[in-house]
Amino acid sequence: MTPGQLNGAMPTGQSLLAIRDLDLFFDTRQGPVQALAGVTLDLAPGESLGIVGETGSGKSMTARAVMGLLPKSGRISGGSIRLKGQELTGLSARALRAIRGRQVAMVFQEAKRALNPVKTIGSQIMEAARARDGVTKAQAWERCLTQLARVGLPDPDRVMRSYSFELSGGMAQRVMIAIATVAGAELIIADEPTAALDVSIQAQILDLLNQLRSDLGTALVMITHDLGVAAENCDRIAVMYLGQIVEIAPADRLFQDPRHPYTCALIAALPSPEQRGRPIGEVRRVAPPPKGYAYADRRLGRGGVNPDKAQMIEVAEGHFVACQQPLPGAQAADGGRE
Amino acid sequence: MSIPLNAAPGAELPKSGRLSRLRAGLALVVENRSALVGLVCVSLLLLVALFAPLIAPYEVDAFTDGVLEGPSWMHPFGIDQIGRDVFSRVVEGTRISLAVGLLAVTISLVAGTIIGLLAGYYGGMVDSVLMRAMDIVLALPYVLMAVLIAAILGPSLQNGIIAIGLVRIPRFARVVRGATMSVAQLQYVEAARSIGASDFRIILHEILPNILGPLIVYFTLSLGDAILAAAVLSFLGLGAQPPMPEWGAMLNEAQRYLTTHPFLSVFPGIFIFVTVLSFNLLGDGLRDVLDPKSRR
Repeated sequence: MTPGQLNGAMPTGQSLLAIRDLDLFFDTRQGPVQALAGVTLDLAPGESLGIVGETGSGKSMTARAVMGLLPKSGRISGGSIRLKGQELTGLSARALRAIRGRQVAMVFQEAKRALNPVKTIGSQIMEAARARDGVTKAQAWERCLTQLARVGLPDPDRVMRSYSFELSGGMAQRVMIAIATVAGAELIIADEPTAALDVSIQAQILDLLNQLRSDLGTALVMITHDLGVAAENCDRIAVMYLGQIVEIAPADRLFQDPRHPYTCALIAALPSPEQRGRPIGEVRRVAPPPKGYAYADRRLGRGGVNPDKAQMIEVAEGHFVACQQPLPGAQAADGGRE
Repeated sequence: MSIPLNAAPGAELPKSGRLSRLRAGLALVVENRSALVGLVCVSLLLLVALFAPLIAPYEVDAFTDGVLEGPSWMHPFGIDQIGRDVFSRVVEGTRISLAVGLLAVTISLVAGTIIGLLAGYYGGMVDSVLMRAMDIVLALPYVLMAVLIAAILGPSLQNGIIAIGLVRIPRFARVVRGATMSVAQLQYVEAARSIGASDFRIILHEILPNILGPLIVYFTLSLGDAILAAAVLSFLGLGAQPPMPEWGAMLNEAQRYLTTHPFLSVFPGIFIFVTVLSFNLLGDGLRDVLDPKSRR
């Protein structure tokens, strides 16, 4: 057990994305509200990481911070984000633009709303394809057709000529994924990529994302509130709560041996044949954040650790939990409600 | 590399090209009665303006045999106080009025759209400064503006156009700013940003095409207003000067004969009225067609 500054678990040389102690504040009329508090994680090339958490836990803001697409009132006050060793925080708008699309791309929740209704699919995917340096129009067009075929769209020529309202939700999401991957991005951030789709289409889109990952070697950050989706599609899972990563572990480990009470509650709350989902209380967001126990309002059972006050502790290889002090094994639990 | 995993089900694309969409739009205009009336009248006026030299039987400045005669077969709108054929002059006036309206509103459109896009997209300080400047212009009545410009540059049709164009800039800026603000929040703008699009590109390629609807409606509605304003300025002597056959200028000349020879005022007046009404009907109709929320 090593108290972890290096709690993302790998030497920076290897990692594609390295986030360290990221703090993000929003300036509101009530004063600054902390959206991210010391987020730290690493992502290896080609790896897939699921970020799980409820609304307002900071999972989307983590993604937006990496994309450099924070809302105007958002302010990164500390920490660093490195992509292939390049520091992204404090980069100029122009420099960030050069990274977006070419190195990092994003897949949005509702693809139909992420496509411009008055432009053809072709002109939108071409815009992404031509972002790559030194690509002629003809080459870009070819790449677009290839990519549309790769994401499983029949008749790419016709798709290029159609408009978003002529596509089904699943097709639009495929187009979105093609747009995200056409310029050769090494990291795809998918923000709830399947939440707006039918269950049957969901599985197809998730398969597609995984297929592309193994074909193209892109890394994937999947943001979702669905622990099941994350478990089936990601190598590792990070659980976020109130702007912090409270537990991060390989997917199967997280399910076999969850340590943090919040993770335990999330897993216990998953619907099963015997029991429908069980509510675990509501999150309370107050500015400024209340001192004291962040979990006071939650119905949490006992986990392996005391959850208050984050410090990442490695409890097993690659398995980190935020807790107060290193505790031996699962027995010394003092979690739950006070 | 990989073959399509499982071709998206229901992957049939409707067979629709630009042409069939245009046809569908036209069908909506035809369904909407006021839009149809407006469209027909505006088209007629455009034809008249286009073929004015062919339609007008006389030169606008040519003197005929009579003076101050009522309508007849030879002179359907009569003859004015110095012997010119009123019909020919009104027909020629269509040309002037439409051109004046178009030029004036184009000035407002271009300047207003640029200002509105910048204010709506960037917000904050840019928005405050630009829109406060617009508020100041908005507080000036166009007649006052025309008087100011006439005082500096002298009264002429060209200066009238400039005055009318300037005065309407804030209204376009407001319409565009509002539309821009609502479009800028939409997800496809963020999606464009996520593939590295610049602000300039986003404004031009993502936002502008999506605010064309309200812009076209407002452009059409403004044409009627601008034509009326031009006639008013000319009537007051601040715009077109005699002997130019501008409708407002013709009314100015005709007012001395209003009691004795009313037909001199009636025909230019009717043309002003019909033109403004046509553009308003067309604009209202287009709004119904282009704004899906107001449909049905």
